Amino acid sequence: MCHSWRVPDPDAAPLPDGLVAVVKKDCPTCVLVAPVLATIAERVGVTVITQDDPDFPQSADWVVHDADLALSWHNRIEAVPTLLRVDDGAEADRTVGWSRKAWQELTGLSGLGTGLPQHRPGCGSLSVDPNLSDELAVRFSGSALKSRRIELASSEDDIEAMFDRGFSDGMPVVPPTEARVLRMLEGTSRPLGDIVAVVPPDLVECTVEKAAVNAVMAGCRPEYLPVVLSALEAACTDEFNMHGLLATTMPVGPVLIVNGPIRHEINMNSGGNLLGQGNRANNTIGRALQLAVRNVGGGRPGGVDRATQGSPSKIGLCFAEDEEGSAFDTFAESRGFDRSASTVTLFPGEGPRVMFDQKSRSPESLTKHFAEMLLAGISPRMAMLMETVIVMSPEHMGRYRDAGWDRARFLAELEALLMVDGDDIVAGAGGIEEGMPALLAGRRVPKFPPGGIHVVHGGSRAGLFSSAIAGWIGGTAGSVTVTKEITR
Amino acid sequence: MTVVLDPTSELRPKTRERVARPESLNGLTVGLLDISKPRSDVFLNRVEEKLTGLGASVKRYRKPTFTKPAPVDLRHEIAVSCDAVIEALAD
Repeated sequence: MCHSWRVPDPDAAPLPDGLVAVVKKDCPTCVLVAPVLATIAERVGVTVITQDDPDFPQSADWVVHDADLALSWHNRIEAVPTLLRVDDGAEADRTVGWSRKAWQELTGLSGLGTGLPQHRPGCGSLSVDPNLSDELAVRFSGSALKSRRIELASSEDDIEAMFDRGFSDGMPVVPPTEARVLRMLEGTSRPLGDIVAVVPPDLVECTVEKAAVNAVMAGCRPEYLPVVLSALEAACTDEFNMHGLLATTMPVGPVLIVNGPIRHEINMNSGGNLLGQGNRANNTIGRALQLAVRNVGGGRPGGVDRATQGSPSKIGLCFAEDEEGSAFDTFAESRGFDRSASTVTLFPGEGPRVMFDQKSRSPESLTKHFAEMLLAGISPRMAMLMETVIVMSPEHMGRYRDAGWDRARFLAELEALLMVDGDDIVAGAGGIEEGMPALLAGRRVPKFPPGGIHVVHGGSRAGLFSSAIAGWIGGTAGSVTVTKEITR
Repeated sequence: MTVVLDPTSELRPKTRERVARPESLNGLTVGLLDISKPRSDVFLNRVEEKLTGLGASVKRYRKPTFTKPAPVDLRHEIAVSCDAVIEALAD
């Protein structure tokens, strides 16, 4: 049988062959069926596993006390009483709660519990008691965690201790205890020892477990972990070039854009303030990636991170697309993925910059204005070097919907407006020493390289503001935008 | 006591780096850690005299047994109370 590391493993706590019942005294249904168990013991034999009172349902050699709950936990007992039949070490049948019919069928005995009601639901098993579940997970699965343990002094404040040891990005992190990391790992089906990525700058292999440790610290919920893992994978590809993005003096970092069904499953924000504060998934997923680069990869400001000024977006910038409200195909579709796939795209970019237009009523006017604003990206004198993301607001998108424009039409119109005269942007033009090489003089050149304008739809229903996120050096000389399908 | 998992590559030892050696002990608080070997008090009493003479104030600590590293709570207490520490052996 294939089992992942943290899934209960019946082989670790095998049940005896024959009939087995799991009970606890603190359950009225178990008390109700106690005489039935005695009858079964007498007629065909049964092993009763008791979770709380070792003498319940009675003191007998067929009653076993599951003191550490290993039998219950590994055999996935969720409610008591549970009656099972075990053949040759393998579970052959099980019924939960009391049902005369089910118990008679499972045991092959008739006339069981004739004085009892036909049915009676059971109670929760102690092995799934919410007060115990963390402790039990650590007890039975904790040894699977390979990370070094760090003991904090009892007089230390846990949060301060994380700062003191250099694990934080400057904001408080959640201390990654065994219980929290085990809970985080519930978010993926990947084995905890799998190598997710080789993380720069130290080029360290990062396991699912290490990524989970950093996701805990960032404040992620377990269901975000698949996004974090895919983002980490994407960041550490040769194409995305996380090392260069980290080391550059420019204020850039990985910008995460999430598409597909997972957006809703983990309650990401694609509406009002999607680029700002207030949503846990948006604000912790990008942070988890950055913490992994810091802690696993060793990439820290002042170390390999040489940003001159940096940007708040380097703490972690992550948002989802409002696919449903868009007049265009989805951003993931434009990247070659199916709408039904969940994806994360990593764009090497700065923080967002507003694109204001409250008066354009036609798509032509708005597109012209967008073009004017986009020309200023990085510098009006830079061309063909960097890509850009446009986060288009619903009201601006409405202009294109009303006119029947799709993505292809929008990009074709926009790109035509983003051709610039080389004469205007070469070094020295207009008395400004900065600029493109002289060989561009006399030529028309595009502001962005081919395919370099990424349009994502998002924001609140009201407000005539979109955003542009300028990129870092694109192409093989820098970072290429990378999209990965998210695997659970 | 809280135990956390190391989020780093574990390429470096988990103990934190020592602070730089002070230029002078004048006005500093120096911890003397008795590791519980016999007669270490004799040795440390003399060290304390010397240190006090140099203008340092001295705090004395003792770990439960010389066979094991000092408990994390004791290490933390010394770290937050002292500018320097001398761990002493005697027999």
